[in-house]
Amino acid sequence: MLRYTLGRLLSGILTVWFIATATFLAMHAVPGDPLMNEKATTPEIRQNLAKKYGLDRPIPEQYIIFLGNMLQGDFGLSFTQQNRKVNDIIRDHFPVSAALGILAITFAAAGGILWGALTALYRNRLPDIIIMFLVILGISVPSFVFAALGQMLLVNINQWFGTSVLPVAGWGSLAHMLMPSLVLGLGTMALLTRLMRSSMLEVVNEDYIKTAKAKGLSSQRIFFKHQLRNAILPVVTVLGPQIAAITTGGFVVELVFAIPGLGRYFVQAVQQLDYTVIMGTTVFYGAFLVLMAIIVDIIYGFIDPRVRLK
Amino acid sequence: MNAPTALTEADFEPSPSTHRAEQLSRPSLSYWQDAWRRLKNNTRAIISLYLIMALAFFTIIGPLLWTQDPAAQDLDQISQAPALPKTARLVADYVPWQVPISAEHPAEPDDYPDRLDPVTDFRTSGIATTQSVRLTWSPVNEAGGYSIYRSETRPDGLMGLGLPLETVSGGNVLGFEDRLNLKSQSYFYSIVPTDGFDEFDVVTTIQVNPEQSITQSQAILQGLATPEDLPGQAITLAFHPFGTDYLGRDILARLMQGAQVSLFIGVVAPLIYVLFGVFYGGFAGYLGGKVDQLMMRFADFVVALPFLLFMILFKIAFGIGPGESGVMPMLVALILLLWPGTARLVRGQVLKIREQGYIEAARLLGGNSSYLILRHIIPNTMGVILVTLTFAVPSAIFTEAFLSFIGMGVAPPTPSWGSMCNEGVKTMLSHPHELFFPALFISITVLAFNLLGDGLTEALDSKMRSRDL
Amino acid sequence: MIQAFHWYGLNMPQRLLLLLCMLFAWSEGMAQSVDAASGTVKIAIAQEPPQLNSMKATDQVSIFVLGHVMEGLTRYDRRGNLAPGVAERWELGDTTAKFWLRKDAKWSNGDPVTAHDFVFAWRSAVDPNTASEYAFILYPVKNAEAINQGNMPVTALGIEAIDDHTLTVTLERPTGYFIKLTAFVTTFPVQEKFYQARTEQYAADAKDMLYNGAFTLDSWVHSASMEMRKNPLYWDAEAIKLNAIDADYITADTRARLNLFIDDKIAYTQLDGETYKDALNNQFRIKKFVTGSVYFLEYNYRDNRITRNKNLRAAIQAAFDPEEFVNKVLQTPGNLPGRSLFPTWIQGVEKTFREEYPPPEVKPDLTRARALLTSAKQELGLEEIPPLILLVSDSPTATKQAEYMQGMLKTRLGLDLKIDVQTFKQRLAKMTSGEFDIVGAGWGPDFDDIMTFGDLFASWNLNNRGRYVNPEYDRLVRVAMNSSDPKTRMDAMSGLQSILIEDAVMLPMYEQGVIYLQHPKLKGMRRTVIGSDPDFTYARIAP
Repeated sequence: MLRYTLGRLLSGILTVWFIATATFLAMHAVPGDPLMNEKATTPEIRQNLAKKYGLDRPIPEQYIIFLGNMLQGDFGLSFTQQNRKVNDIIRDHFPVSAALGILAITFAAAGGILWGALTALYRNRLPDIIIMFLVILGISVPSFVFAALGQMLLVNINQWFGTSVLPVAGWGSLAHMLMPSLVLGLGTMALLTRLMRSSMLEVVNEDYIKTAKAKGLSSQRIFFKHQLRNAILPVVTVLGPQIAAITTGGFVVELVFAIPGLGRYFVQAVQQLDYTVIMGTTVFYGAFLVLMAIIVDIIYGFIDPRVRLK
Repeated sequence: MNAPTALTEADFEPSPSTHRAEQLSRPSLSYWQDAWRRLKNNTRAIISLYLIMALAFFTIIGPLLWTQDPAAQDLDQISQAPALPKTARLVADYVPWQVPISAEHPAEPDDYPDRLDPVTDFRTSGIATTQSVRLTWSPVNEAGGYSIYRSETRPDGLMGLGLPLETVSGGNVLGFEDRLNLKSQSYFYSIVPTDGFDEFDVVTTIQVNPEQSITQSQAILQGLATPEDLPGQAITLAFHPFGTDYLGRDILARLMQGAQVSLFIGVVAPLIYVLFGVFYGGFAGYLGGKVDQLMMRFADFVVALPFLLFMILFKIAFGIGPGESGVMPMLVALILLLWPGTARLVRGQVLKIREQGYIEAARLLGGNSSYLILRHIIPNTMGVILVTLTFAVPSAIFTEAFLSFIGMGVAPPTPSWGSMCNEGVKTMLSHPHELFFPALFISITVLAFNLLGDGLTEALDSKMRSRDL
Repeated sequence: MIQAFHWYGLNMPQRLLLLLCMLFAWSEGMAQSVDAASGTVKIAIAQEPPQLNSMKATDQVSIFVLGHVMEGLTRYDRRGNLAPGVAERWELGDTTAKFWLRKDAKWSNGDPVTAHDFVFAWRSAVDPNTASEYAFILYPVKNAEAINQGNMPVTALGIEAIDDHTLTVTLERPTGYFIKLTAFVTTFPVQEKFYQARTEQYAADAKDMLYNGAFTLDSWVHSASMEMRKNPLYWDAEAIKLNAIDADYITADTRARLNLFIDDKIAYTQLDGETYKDALNNQFRIKKFVTGSVYFLEYNYRDNRITRNKNLRAAIQAAFDPEEFVNKVLQTPGNLPGRSLFPTWIQGVEKTFREEYPPPEVKPDLTRARALLTSAKQELGLEEIPPLILLVSDSPTATKQAEYMQGMLKTRLGLDLKIDVQTFKQRLAKMTSGEFDIVGAGWGPDFDDIMTFGDLFASWNLNNRGRYVNPEYDRLVRVAMNSSDPKTRMDAMSGLQSILIEDAVMLPMYEQGVIYLQHPKLKGMRRTVIGSDPDFTYARIAP
């Protein structure tokens, strides 16, 4: 088991290195000058800036320097926020996104498994149709619509109560996290519902279910002990990478709810061609993602003992 | 027990021939034939088929029937809700108004007044049309200016006066012309006197209903009138059954044009990349071990790459000219970057199925790997595949909207359903129809493919075969 | 109510309810957007400021914060007029200026603000190693430009501290508007000792700065909040009525900020074309303000570009109706139709520049426009004009305006316009390398003088992205730069204005106006075109 995990970790590290390299090359290949701004500056000033950030050296040399720094865990200073270290940016803002993301995933997973199981149980009857309708609505409408609607709902709730019951935006307490994480998790919830449903429907026809019924197990027991556990594999497959994606990518939600998370840095860094932040956030996300994928693989073994990853 | 009697040959007689038992009660069907048969009878699949046909009709035949130009900007009917054709009065081209100025009343008061009387005789000058509303009033003693506000509901006291249109400087200026985005609805104009610096708390309000009008040059440009038509005539404006957007473009026509891009991307892209993902994941899961590891790490690699950055790169790499629509490159980009999701899901399923008994049995019976994968494993992952296909459709549509937004994809003015949603969100509360219709069409598309997926699942799932007999 | 509740005495629903109440009570205090008792006002800001180094700051939010927590030689009073800041009084010569600093001007650590702090700050601002984008603001100072280009050492800058409280400045040439520059962010003082102890870390966090303004920056949680407190050491602390300005929300989404305003969490927010309807529905008093920025289209004058042809540009100018554009496309009050590069608020000799020197009038005239287009085609020897490329940013407003232009040109002139949407850096790259025919541009004033707009199209100006070259234009700019007589300067600027319109050098589209909401109890909040906007320095909360 240990050797197995180590082997995977090694391949993970290799993958992260590939990600870093590919991003580095792409970043330098894209036209645009990270040091140029709306107000034009003289070539001399630009030269100075370039020297300060090491951009005047040939690209291979920059790459080696970057690799060296990365191995020491130093991603340098941001170009746009000139006094902040990229490490500090990640360290300050990732926990916020992570907290939001974890709550969102909890909602999504709980909701997805619940609704999915319900639709499978009441297949083709009213609850199934209603839930499926909501799922379709949920994925056909873009996420920023839900964010805007969610916030407006909060405003209306507060107005109806006459006092501020729930915060409309901002960060700082559990109450601040409720609506944003709900909105953030909606898409995943819809996906998980659907996956759970199809998975449950498949499982319900398996022979061992019939055997269990024949044996006389209560339907509740069959549901929880057999059906759920066997159907949950696709959900786990999706959850792993989704955790990585949601905890780092809630850009729209962070914007609408004024949450100081990492999501906006991902997007803004590319728009501003902030090289150091791009590299820092990409490597971080890549490492996180690969880690989640490896964990999912390990979990497979626990859920379904038949799965043996040679 | 009795003693057994001896049995002779005469005690046995051959049983009658049972050829009939070997007669098949129904024709022999292969897996796919059976699936097809069941699909045809499945209600969900049928509904979805009708929906898909309706969408295809809308996209292909629609523009031939509804010939309005999707890029034509009808500036007299901006952000209009769905309505029947409107009539408008033809008016002469706009000529700036000479605002009336009082000769007797001074521009500034001699001394700063403590209070001012409310404005009297506040009325419209001339006919109020959607081209301009001319307001005039009588001067207020000691006033140094006037502030004009406009609201769409009657103001309650001094708070809800509405939009501050203008603060006229000078107590002797007695008129103001409003041309800001006028529509043929009720407006409440309020006027508040000032001393040149601050507004005083007295307000006069009137209600004005501008008449829908169109200038001669606009009417001629749009082909609704000829130079012989005289001002005063009633012209019928262009009909917009689904309303117009923020630049006065017909939403129905834009939906039709947008359907081409959205359906193409929203259907073709998912089909291709899901297909690719299925095979990739299938092989990875089946082969297992180091190969599986390698393949999955490559999938992770693709997912971790910063999407926006690589999109910009693709745009350059594909050499899309400025302002050109790059649908093909976008398709390629979407495919190249979105397949890992399916691959991972399918691989997970395959890992589970691989160990099932029937696989081992089939292998023992002599099946080689591709036979096993194609014939046994993949059909059993259909459930997962169809789910991802359903979700891939709106995902592709919205990704396309995002890409067009940043300049890769369709160039303005070409619409797509996703980009229409983007634009409609901003006026969600004031003009919901701009968001509603494209979202509706996306929902219909997703619903159609979802039902199709459901139908296919029921048809293809081997376990459920036995249930519909 | 929550007195002697015994947890175990409650049943499940009651426990849940109690938990819920505690959750919310903990999170939501009686927080209101304005509080007269504590003198607090809560606001939201749009972005996290990239940095608060006054010598390098260029963005709106940084300038907003710095304008409150720091002060230069001069400042703006509650009516928006230039008034003494750190400098108590001054004497202006033709090419010299002398400032006497007040003795009670202090830094937040108790040290006095000295003339040396100004010398250090100005030298650093023009130092090419600092790479300040606003170094050009100081070019009127002797040798500033040469230093900034690396040709002279920083010590050659025409600024000297005679003693701790006396400062002299030598100018490169007579510059009438120089005194107005001394209220600008880049000229704010910086204590050398403090700076050198930190260098890279300077202004990275609230504790890494010294403050000499009406407020200090008490806390700065990156991307989350910035809180300012009244500065007890400020020399005019008595005049400051507010005790705290809390920017507890950082989001660029206007709808989110409107929701915060409706929820009474912030006391001020700006509206845009989409959110003003919601504001109307809520019966708020909406206010209007002209921001002072001008938006226009720039043409490409490089070789082989079709836009070099004057008749083509004049045709576009004659077809474009700025009033229709402002009324139908922008849709918010406050925007003025673009008539000139110089906005309406710019001062002339005695009245505003536009009142004294009205721009040549251009009436939208379709017949004339079409005739001009035909002439253009003849001159270029083309049957049809090939599609023109309009470069815009990826902001939704820019795209919407571009689509309007596209439709308008097609319908009225039959011209094809291709819209090239580019993300920020890529757009800058294309602007610099000239890969466009037309580009959407805007310019906001840096200082309160006509020159901030005047030299935009001078051939040496790097912001002249279209590379427009006109010796007569350059000559007029130099006349205005080298004279301190208002009449001479304004006459020269009027000449520029005429050239710009008559040669259709650029197409003015609109002067930006905004509408905003302000809490009725918040008084004295000043909106301004230059400097930190809105200015809360002299604001107060009515009871």
